[in-house]
Amino acid sequence: MKHTLVALVEDKPGVLNRVASLFRRRAFNIESLTVGRTHEPAVSRMTILVDTEQTAPALVEANLSKLINVIDVKDVTHLPTVMRDLALVKVRADASALAELNQLANIFRANIVDVSPDSVIIEVTGDEAKIDGLLDVLRSRGIIEMVRTGQVAMARGAVNGHDVPAANSWATPRGNGNGHLAESVGSV
Amino acid sequence: MPIRTGAQIIWECLVREGVDVVFGYPGGAILPTYDAMLDYPIHHVLVRHEQGAAHMADGYARASGKVGVAIATSGPGATNMTTGIATAMLDSSPIVCITGQVGTSVIGSDAFQEVDVTGVTLPITKHNYLVTHVEDLAQAIREAFHIARSDRPGPVLVDVPKDVQNAKCEFVYPDDEIPYPRRRVPAQVPAADLERAAEWIDQAERPVILVGHGVQISGAMDQVLEFAEKTQIPVALTLLGIGTFPAQHRLCLGMMGMHGEAYANRAVQGADLLVAFGMRFDDRVTGNLKTYAKHAKKIHVEIDPSEISKNVHVDLPILGDLKAVLEQLTPRVAAGRRDAWREQISEWRMESEARNILRREDIDELLAAHVIHDLWEATEGNALIVSDVGQHQMWEAQYYLHEKPRSLITSGGLGTMGFALPAAIGAKFAQPDADVWVVAGDGGFQMTQAELATLKQEGLKLNIAIINNGYLGMVRQWQEFFYGRRYAATPILSPDFVKLADAYDIPAMRVTRREDVIPAIQAAREKPGPVVIDFRVVQEDSVYPMVPAGADLHAMIRRPVPTQ
Ligand SMILES: Cc1ncc(C[n+]2csc(CCOP(=O)(O)OP(=O)(O)O)c2C)c(N)n1
Ligand SMILES: [Mg+2]
Repeated sequence: MKHTLVALVEDKPGVLNRVASLFRRRAFNIESLTVGRTHEPAVSRMTILVDTEQTAPALVEANLSKLINVIDVKDVTHLPTVMRDLALVKVRADASALAELNQLANIFRANIVDVSPDSVIIEVTGDEAKIDGLLDVLRSRGIIEMVRTGQVAMARGAVNGHDVPAANSWATPRGNGNGHLAESVGSV
Repeated sequence: MPIRTGAQIIWECLVREGVDVVFGYPGGAILPTYDAMLDYPIHHVLVRHEQGAAHMADGYARASGKVGVAIATSGPGATNMTTGIATAMLDSSPIVCITGQVGTSVIGSDAFQEVDVTGVTLPITKHNYLVTHVEDLAQAIREAFHIARSDRPGPVLVDVPKDVQNAKCEFVYPDDEIPYPRRRVPAQVPAADLERAAEWIDQAERPVILVGHGVQISGAMDQVLEFAEKTQIPVALTLLGIGTFPAQHRLCLGMMGMHGEAYANRAVQGADLLVAFGMRFDDRVTGNLKTYAKHAKKIHVEIDPSEISKNVHVDLPILGDLKAVLEQLTPRVAAGRRDAWREQISEWRMESEARNILRREDIDELLAAHVIHDLWEATEGNALIVSDVGQHQMWEAQYYLHEKPRSLITSGGLGTMGFALPAAIGAKFAQPDADVWVVAGDGGFQMTQAELATLKQEGLKLNIAIINNGYLGMVRQWQEFFYGRRYAATPILSPDFVKLADAYDIPAMRVTRREDVIPAIQAAREKPGPVVIDFRVVQEDSVYPMVPAGADLHAMIRRPVPTQ
């Protein structure tokens, strides 16, 4: 399973480094991490997907919250949330294939954003499953290159996921990590 | 508003933080700060290696409960400090390290003595700063002190480029509230959790309290004592928990874990409830996690949420400052007796007593355990011991009975050899009237023995007991048990420590027989200045009991009893 954490962080040099260093140091298994600006100039926002098979999301949240530059962290997995990922896919296509590709793109509400003599770039936005679906179809046509931004998440409704009461004090964690450090350490 | 240079601002801030001593070593990138130092009422201790500066600040912090300060130059000065910073990090010790950095215009150019110090220290500090504008300096230093001592304490580093030290600005010491930590542990524990904890505690037949360093950090010694006495639950200690619960109290089981008392480990393994106070289930305490206290429910009172269920699954976590939590919890628990459980533990304890080497008539050589026991006796259990890392550290923990908090300072989490002498120097500044003793091995002592000169230059009184076994004893012990006695790189040659001390103009003695131990200790205590005693102990002795790394906590190797 995957959990989605949203973190607000100070927009200062080195903050991404601190977060990445934390994940590596604690051997947290992270599926994806995206960073971007928010409407507030000094605040950036991270969306972090945690692989819960190997890493307890509560531990990731607790450790992130301890970083001085992290303003708040919230696990939005169980909130109604909009999740979006964006992909650019370059596929082989000569003029004869264009019409068919265009149709295909329409089905996925994707756009052809660049056309060259023997390739096109398709842009698609959506949740993970939708993008995976398009990629499956395009693969047989020969993908030349592809890039995905990683997922960003936002809770639905008028709440700002970070303003809810008690966001700034710890709820008692119900431990669900029983030792991501399960191996004992044999050093003198 | 006064105009000050960055260098002056550093000292202005330190004065306002109540700092009266700093430990450091100068160099090019920190020169402006050293120049400004002469105009401020702060005593500077010149160390012999920057690792020593960090350990001294750490020792000062642990002995006083206040923030210790270390200063070094850029590049090698800062990298030399890293071992001391990591040591403070692993043991939650509040220190602030101030380092010089190359000028902002050349940062990133591999300038002379340039190292990315905030990068290097990122994983071993609670937080760090690279201050590139003099206007930000006062705020950074103020935050550094606040972060170092708040919640779970730790080291904070402030890296100050040379041009920032020279630049000027208006100086105001900021007094607005610092927003860290942003997420706070609530002062009020949810009543339902307290009720549940009380219920579990009242129902438990074989409970054990586990106490760690957090008891001391929270200042909850009295509250823990009250809780234990009311419930009559036995108390086992982590290495850094030693001193927070009186060693000779009826309920005290002593240290648990890898070299813990056998009866303490048995109690943990046989418990139906563990009540953990300010400890973190370190692997040295738990042994094999799969078989650790299998039949026990676990209640964990802890200030750091990231410690909850990190290693051991906790059934009932209670987040908070231990002292505050116990003030809410103790009134809710019932007074208990638990006679059967305590009797069972007493039986186990008697079995251990029979193996106690202090009682063994058949040993007439000088054992490290004898030295420690006699040191305890001769100092009436009132010394402030700073131990190094190795066998002697474990014997100290087993045989010196600490009754008071802050009476044992040792590197627990990182296990840093060379810690003791510099940390003791720092501790002596914090507790000038304490009877401070270094207990170090012949190996570890050589790692930082250069600080003997610092000791002498500062005219401090403290005594040094070198437990000299001719080996890197703890590693030798592992080789004996697990590598078929192949002593690879563990026999160690030492200088003549008596002559070495003499070179520093420090009096020294050598002790080879049991009957000379107490007189030597007494003679050392009577001398006004520092004294070194070289105790020549049995070379191939081992620390028992021992739980091999990763083995079940109850699978202890015991000291062989002689066959009649
Ligand atoms: C800086 C450092 N290097 C290596 C080790 C590994 N180590 C742990 S105990 C030990 C032996 C210590 O020997 P000594 O100081 O003579 O003490 P003894 O065990 O003999 O009492 C060693 C090498 C360590 N803990 N710290
Ligand atoms: Mg030795």
